Amino acid sequence: MRFEGTDSYVATPDLMLAVNAAITLQRPLLIKGEPGTGKTMLAEEVAGALGVPLLQWHIKSTTKAQQGLYEYDAVSRLRDSQLGDEKVKDISNYIVKGVLWQAFEQGKPSVILIDEVDKADIEFPNDLLRELDRMEFHVYETRETVRAAVRPIVIITSNNEKELPDAFLRRCFFHYIKFPDKETMGRIVDVHFPKLKQNLLREAMEVFFELREVPGMKKKPSTSELLDWLKLLVAEDIPPEALRSKDRKTVVPPLAGALLKNEQDVHLFERLVFMARQNR
Amino acid sequence: MLIDFFLHLKSKKLPVSTREFLTLLEALKERVASNSIDDFYFLARTCLVKDETHYDKFDQAFGEYFKGVQQVPGLDADIPEEWLKMMMKKHLTPEEKAKLEKLGWDKLMEEFKKRLEEQKERHAGGSKWIGTGGSSPFGHGGYHPEGIRIGGKSAGNRTAIKVWENREYRNLDDTVELGTRNIKIALRRLRRFAREGAEDELDLDGTITGTARNAGWLDIKMRPERHNKVKVLLFLDIGGSMDDHIKVCEELFSAAKSEFKHLEYFYFHNCIYDYVWKDNRRRHGERFPLWDVMHKYGEDYKVVVVGDATMSPYEILQPGGSVEYSNEEAGATWLQRMLDTWPRAVWLNPEPERLWDYRHSIELIRTIFNSRMYPLTLAGLETAMRQLNK
Ligand SMILES: Nc1ncnc2c1ncn2[C@@H]1O[C@H](COP(=O)(O)OP(=O)(O)O)[C@@H](O)[C@H]1O
Ligand SMILES: [Mg+2]
Repeated sequence: MRFEGTDSYVATPDLMLAVNAAITLQRPLLIKGEPGTGKTMLAEEVAGALGVPLLQWHIKSTTKAQQGLYEYDAVSRLRDSQLGDEKVKDISNYIVKGVLWQAFEQGKPSVILIDEVDKADIEFPNDLLRELDRMEFHVYETRETVRAAVRPIVIITSNNEKELPDAFLRRCFFHYIKFPDKETMGRIVDVHFPKLKQNLLREAMEVFFELREVPGMKKKPSTSELLDWLKLLVAEDIPPEALRSKDRKTVVPPLAGALLKNEQDVHLFERLVFMARQNR
Repeated sequence: MLIDFFLHLKSKKLPVSTREFLTLLEALKERVASNSIDDFYFLARTCLVKDETHYDKFDQAFGEYFKGVQQVPGLDADIPEEWLKMMMKKHLTPEEKAKLEKLGWDKLMEEFKKRLEEQKERHAGGSKWIGTGGSSPFGHGGYHPEGIRIGGKSAGNRTAIKVWENREYRNLDDTVELGTRNIKIALRRLRRFAREGAEDELDLDGTITGTARNAGWLDIKMRPERHNKVKVLLFLDIGGSMDDHIKVCEELFSAAKSEFKHLEYFYFHNCIYDYVWKDNRRRHGERFPLWDVMHKYGEDYKVVVVGDATMSPYEILQPGGSVEYSNEEAGATWLQRMLDTWPRAVWLNPEPERLWDYRHSIELIRTIFNSRMYPLTLAGLETAMRQLNK
C-alpha cells in the first residue's frame, strides 16, 4: 500500500513520504500545522486513496483514552434493572465499542483518525501508548482481549495547543505541514476551482498573503477561508481589477468578511486601512 | 556512517533517541524512501524530529553533515556502474520516464555515463566519496551523497535541498535546551503552579457509574479539577543591559512552555511601551500594539514580566524617554495600563536582589508593580507563582 496523493488533495513530497513511512512500518503518524492546513482532510484522503474504511475519533477536552477502547454504559444497565429487563443479566449488552475497537475488529486494513489530540488532557496520549503499540487491549468486564488482526494506519493531528509527551512522540512519525507557499496554494486552489481565471487567482492570492502578514491578527485567514472567498468572488462575478489597486492597503477588499471571521481582526484591519489612507 | 550522522545530530543538541534512530534504519531497510538525498532528508526528519521548532536545527545539522560527507569514513568504496543503471531504472516512475523520454533518453544516458566517468576519476584520484552496493547502511545499493537526481525537479516539486539550505523553519525555533539542574527544579515548581488552585469537584459521571455499579446505592465520587487550565503571558526584556540574563530567561521560558494550557510570549526592550514583538529579528517589521495584546489576552491570563528593570528613570517616566523611538506616552503609563488589565501581574528580575535598592529605575518599577517584583531564583519564582495564583 502506498499513498501517492489524490485528485482532490495536494500532498507535498515530504508529506507523502511521512504517510508512506507510517503505512509501511505500521506506526502512528503525528501531523501538526496551523488550522486549515489539511490535517483532518489528509486522513480522509489516505483512507479514500487506499480504499479502506476511515474511523474517526474527534477529541474534546473531556475525552478519555478509555473511550477509544470501550465504555461500560452503567446508566442504561441501572435503568434496565429498574425496569426488570432481562438484558441486564449480561454485562456485554452494556459494553459500547470505541473507535479503536471498531478498527481492530475490521479484519482488514483501516485508517484511524485521532483528530486534535492536543485538546485532551496532557496524560491522554500516554494512556494510549500501550494500545497503539500492541494494537490490543483487555476488556475487564467481559474478560476478553481484543486484538487487531491487521494493524490499522493511525493518523493523529494536533493544533499545537499543548505539547505532547516524549514517550508518545518517539513512537510516531512526525510531519509538520508548513503553511502552503504561493505555488502550493495555487495547486490547492486549482484542485477546488479548476476553471478559475488565472488573473483572478493571482490578484486574490496577493491580497490573501498580504492579509496574512498583518501583525496582531487573532486568526490569520487559512486555506479554507481563501477557498470560501474565491467561491464568493466567482459567484458575485467580481473582476480581478477590483482586487488590484495601486493602493491596495487603503481599501478593504471586496467580500473580505469571508477572509476575516473574527470581529476584532476586522476592526484591526479596518483601522490599518484607515491609517494607511490618512498617511497617503 | 549513519551512526556518525546520528551522533552528529546528537552533538548538535537535537533530542534524538536510539529508538528513533532504529526506526530510521528500519524505514531504510523497508525502502520507504528512494535513495535520493531529498528523500533521505525527508525520511530522516520524519523519523527523528518530533517538533517543528527543531526543524531548523535539523536543517543546519543536515546541511553541515552532508556537505562534509567526502571526509566521512565508510563511504570509500567505488560504486558499480550496474548499480547506477539499476537505481535509475528502479526509481523512475512511469511519468518521470515519459518526461525523460521527451528530453531524449539517449542524451541522458550519455550525461549519465559522463558522470560515471567523473566519479571513476575521482576514485582514482583518491578522493573517494560514493557509497557502495550492498554494504552501505543506506540500504542495498548504496547511496550517492550529492544525489544524482534523474527524476529531479518534477512538476512543481521543490527540492529538499532548498528546504534545508533556506532554513525555512528558522522562525519556529523558540527553545533552548534545558541544561542546568536549577531550571529542572524551576520546571517542577512551575508544574506545581499549574496544578495548584485545582480544587476537587464532583465527578458526575463517576458518581453515576459508581452508583449504578452499586446497584443504585449512592456512591459519590470526587476528583481534582482538570489541572492544566493556567494560561500564561510572558513579557521578556531582550537586548541591552539584559544580555547577561537573557539565557536564564530563555531557559525559564522553554521550561515553562509545556506546562500550561496556553503560553504566549512577547519581547520588549527595557520598558514596555505601546507595542511589543514576537520575533526579535523582525522586531521593526512585526509589532503588536499593546492595546491589542491587552484586548486579546483577557484577565484570566497570568502575566509574568522578566526584565532587569535597569535603565535611566527617564525611560520610565518621560514621554519620549525610550532609547529607541519617540514614545508618545511614558512607560509608566503603559505599565499602569497593563496592571489595570492584569492586576496580579508579577515582575521577575534576574539582577541580584541586593542591588535593587541602588537602582532608581528598579525602585520605580517595583513601586508601579506594587512590590510584586521577585528575583529570578527558585525562591523568587515560587513566591511569584504563589502571588499569581492568589
Ligand atoms: N492540501 C490540500 N489540498 C486540498 N485542499 C486542502 C488542502 N489543505 C487544505 N485544504 C482545504 O482546506 C480545508 C480545511 O482543511 P482541514 O483538513 O479541515 O484542516 P485542518 O484539519 O488542518 O484544520 C479542507 O476542507 C480543504 O478544502
Ligand atoms: Mg482539523
